[in-house]
Amino acid sequence: MNNCEYQQIDPQALPTPTPTPPPHHGSDTEKKKEPRRPRRKWEVFPGKNRFYCDGRIMLARQSGVLPLTLGLILVTSVLFFIFDCPFLVKHLTGCIPAIGGILFVFVVITLLQTSFTDPGILPRATPDEAADIERQIDNTGNPSYRPPPRTKEVLINQQVVKLKYCFTCKMFRPPRTSHCSLCDNCVERFDHHCPWVGNCVGKRNYRFFYTFIVSLSFLTAFIFGCVTTHLALRAQGGKGLVFALQESPGSAVELVICFFSVWSILGLSGFHTYLVASNLTTNEDIKGSWSGKSGEDVTNPYSHKNIFINCCSVLCAPIPPSLIDRRGLLPAEESVQTGGAGIELPALAAKSEINVCTQGTKGLLESATLSPLLAASCPQGKPPTAHPCTENSPAVNSDPSPEISKSCGAHHTTRSYRNTSRSKKSKPAALHIPNPGFETSYSPNPPDSDPGSKASCRKGTSFAPL
Amino acid sequence: MAETHSLQDLQQPPVSSKVFVQRDYSSGTICKFQTKFPSELDSRIDKQQFEETIQTLNNLYAEAEKLGGKSYLEGCLACLTAYTIFLCMETHYEKVLKKIARFIKDQNEKIYAPRGLLLTDPIERGLRVVEITIFEDRSIGSGR
Repeated sequence: MNNCEYQQIDPQALPTPTPTPPPHHGSDTEKKKEPRRPRRKWEVFPGKNRFYCDGRIMLARQSGVLPLTLGLILVTSVLFFIFDCPFLVKHLTGCIPAIGGILFVFVVITLLQTSFTDPGILPRATPDEAADIERQIDNTGNPSYRPPPRTKEVLINQQVVKLKYCFTCKMFRPPRTSHCSLCDNCVERFDHHCPWVGNCVGKRNYRFFYTFIVSLSFLTAFIFGCVTTHLALRAQGGKGLVFALQESPGSAVELVICFFSVWSILGLSGFHTYLVASNLTTNEDIKGSWSGKSGEDVTNPYSHKNIFINCCSVLCAPIPPSLIDRRGLLPAEESVQTGGAGIELPALAAKSEINVCTQGTKGLLESATLSPLLAASCPQGKPPTAHPCTENSPAVNSDPSPEISKSCGAHHTTRSYRNTSRSKKSKPAALHIPNPGFETSYSPNPPDSDPGSKASCRKGTSFAPL
Repeated sequence: MAETHSLQDLQQPPVSSKVFVQRDYSSGTICKFQTKFPSELDSRIDKQQFEETIQTLNNLYAEAEKLGGKSYLEGCLACLTAYTIFLCMETHYEKVLKKIARFIKDQNEKIYAPRGLLLTDPIERGLRVVEITIFEDRSIGSGR
């Protein structure tokens, strides 16, 4: 019934430029065009990803380097086919363009597959599940003011592995899972976030990534070899290298690109071959999770202790399904509910900044009107702009309770943070997209594990490795 | 549509609580759920029946993630085609997932719904938990 009414309203609402919804930023690419249709899950996806083709394709939000990667590969290969191939076919063999072509197609396809597939994102916990985990934590920990330690130990192949609680996704991260701060998602078997491919590399796209870098190292080595042969042949007979380069100027460009990229790409493929053979991830290797730094006898519990089996299990195991079901339809009533939140979350800097502002000032006003207690504890470390507290300050209280002073401090950080964030807008605000539930329950006491960071930046980011 | 209707019919009675069966990581990251019987289900279903369900689920996931000649062959063939084959082919894992969905539906109809319980397919919860919803009214599933 509701749907019918909405759909009747819809055609009228469409031509006029969005009267009802609050003003969003135009740069928000994944925003809905017709908000009343059945929505798909990618439209309310909480992570920082971009979706194209109605959710079939996904990318990290900052994927500006991917066009560069593609451009470099394209330019080099096209130059190779234009400048070198005709000469080499004439003087050597016709196989060269064929091999180059196959490698090129292979590289481009695997690159696009790596960039566009879900790396193995774990969906965030449903409110019920989060509440259940919260209950479990409360049962085990002491019910005092301090939050209990948010780690869980599990035994994996007779080895103790610590699972960390993810404050953003509201769950204990499964083994080998890590939260990518750039995409704001927990990714299974997280390897690293690769800006060159514009995506995280994880459980579901590692094999694409590995195939990509291996085939790319073949392609660059192949082009490099061919170009040098080509130039050497042209320079034969005392004509000299300068003459050869004048004859075929494109080769010079290729030579430079290949010379600088071939070593890093070969090194990277070698490194990843080692990782594949020992069933490690880059993340674990960098952190030294299984290197036994602490003197204990730790070995990689996921390794099959056999190079061949490790390679097969990493590269040829059945591909697990995508868990975020981004093309699935949202249930009707849920789409109305989550609609607001969904629009809010992907909304960019300015909007979330407004949220922070309203929350911050509202909280301040409330607390200022509620209790003169605040005044006593506020003056320390307060920016001069914090009016409500100073105005109340004559009412000095004899015993300022520590809790209130703490919460006042928290407000201050939010407030002063707002003041500073005007100058450098997008980044800090993007980091600070609030998690309302978490915000209210934990803001007075940031978790122990992020010491240096601001209270207002506590969410997720401090836990994210790399 | 038919599916959502039946679900809505089921969800009409008030939900009294939800039980979450967590993953068992003892043998690595393969998908496996704990077979420990949650005490909340004590009055609703007997332990053996519950364990049987979870065990069957675990076996199905093990089948989906099994390493062996067949999966290696599939992996190598896919690699040769630069993984484009996955665009037009259903993977082994997806086939087993359909089987699991059927199994859950079947279990819900035969065992869990008559007892005022509802199993949720783990794939809908990111393969992290088996969610079991407990409804207050115990005589709902009989109408279906």
